[in-house]
Amino acid sequence: MKHFAYTSQELFIFSVKTFAAIFRRPFYFTETKEQMYLIGIGSLYLVILTGIFAGQGFALAFSNELADFGAKDYLGRIMTIAIVRELGPVLAALMIAARVASGITAEIGAMKSSNQINALKSFGIDPIQKLAVPRLIALMVMVPVLTIFCDAIAIFGGYIIAVFLAHVSGTMYFAAVKERLIFGNLFIGIIKPIVFSFVIAFIACYKGFTAEGGTKGVGKATTESVVLASIVILVVNFFITKLASTYLKGYL
Amino acid sequence: MIEIKNISFAYGETPILKNVSFSVGSSESVVVMGPSGSGKSTILRLILGLECPQTGEILVDGKNICHLREKEKQEIRKNIGMVFQDGALFDSMSVWENVGFYLLEHSNLSIDEIGKRAVEMLGFVGLNAKEIMDKLPEQLSGGMQRRVAIGRSLLSTAPKAMLYDEPTTGLDPQSTENVLELISKLNRERQIATIVVTHQITDAIGFAKRFIVIIEGEIAFDGSLEELRDSKDLKVLQFLAPFRLSFNEVLKKEFFNYT
Ligand SMILES: Nc1ncnc2c1ncn2[C@@H]1O[C@H](COP(=O)(O)OP(=O)(O)OP(=O)(O)O)[C@@H](O)[C@H]1O
Ligand SMILES: [Mg+2]
Repeated sequence: MKHFAYTSQELFIFSVKTFAAIFRRPFYFTETKEQMYLIGIGSLYLVILTGIFAGQGFALAFSNELADFGAKDYLGRIMTIAIVRELGPVLAALMIAARVASGITAEIGAMKSSNQINALKSFGIDPIQKLAVPRLIALMVMVPVLTIFCDAIAIFGGYIIAVFLAHVSGTMYFAAVKERLIFGNLFIGIIKPIVFSFVIAFIACYKGFTAEGGTKGVGKATTESVVLASIVILVVNFFITKLASTYLKGYL
Repeated sequence: MIEIKNISFAYGETPILKNVSFSVGSSESVVVMGPSGSGKSTILRLILGLECPQTGEILVDGKNICHLREKEKQEIRKNIGMVFQDGALFDSMSVWENVGFYLLEHSNLSIDEIGKRAVEMLGFVGLNAKEIMDKLPEQLSGGMQRRVAIGRSLLSTAPKAMLYDEPTTGLDPQSTENVLELISKLNRERQIATIVVTHQITDAIGFAKRFIVIIEGEIAFDGSLEELRDSKDLKVLQFLAPFRLSFNEVLKKEFFNYT
């Protein structure tokens, strides 16, 4: 428990420092671009696969249920709300956490254990600025972008089910989708990935910088980083949904 | 340039350094020796402010690095070159990017110019630049990596101090001589305060005028080569015993070809 309190405090301080470092010079443009490419392109296939199967599964489960009520035409609405507000952001973030958080922690942890972090410092470089900030910014851009991809593909997956299995007309489906693409849903759907990008970046970088005990320690830090990031994503997701249902009521 | 005043340092509960004091003038060169685990690398880390002592203080250029803000620490570190014991090359960068690292980060020189200087520096440390400059560090042998690491720390604008942690370990005699010559030349010509940590006492004898022996975290000896030879301190005698033969030989031959 004491350890937990200490770690959370350290993680918090690290996060504040990293966030503040965004606004300090120098800005490592090349590194940021490289990270965007690695994270964005590298995670695209994962997000596409996740989106298509989650969307189809979800649509399949609900179309049967809705058919019982004779409300199959509502499928598009339910899909949009579920995917844009909850499923898309959470699934995309979990996938990115699994793939990217582990990579970031492993890389920074390996640099720490081979003294490269100290070497950076010895050259008058701030490792947070050089390593953490480019990854944070890349995630801040790429998690929302990938989430939008995931949403679109999941809704498309729903369309396939709607047309070929549930016998809902495509026009009906998309009309219902469009009807629920309103400010409140879109707002939640974009705020979440932005917040999740911070969660992934802060936890992954922190775990890397604090990795100790050689190769084994880096392995342990990598696992912890993915587990912690995933749990925090789910917890934070709940609270954002809770806040939104209180404060965005009129827009949903 | 570097003043170490009564520092004690511990990792957790384990004391590593006990009441260590010495200072190094701005153009002085000092050799630090001692058995493995005696705390030599730790002293270098403390000078760079990578760790802070529990008691005592370290002044670099009159400033206590542990009391400075991150930005100010960075400014001080830019003036100190460090060769890490394990090289600590950036393993995702090519050899030439490693060597040119300081200039790539802190200068406005063009990439071409930095590349040119990196190639020169690689030649200077006895490496075939053409062959290796685009390789990754892991594709080099241990000795080559070490020379790249030395080149990397030397290719900076104008260091005021250089810290070398076992720069010649694992090098063949020719490269050892080149590296030592380089270290001593830089110290002489550019008036760079120099601390060399080494096991190879025979190498050290060649160019430094001052020797510090650290044993179990304490300074057991601090003085000239003659004083070291004549030291009656039991611990120092014990430490020097294995080297005694080569030590005498070196002295006899007046092997002061570097200075
Ligand atoms: N990160 C660390 N955590 C805990 N103890 C450490 C750490 N680094 C070094 N030590 C301990 O500090 C002591 C001094 O280490 P240091 O690396 O300074 O020795 P050294 O004199 O450079 O030895 P060598 O000649 O083998 O390089 C050793 O006993 C080592 O076990
Ligand atoms: Mg050492």
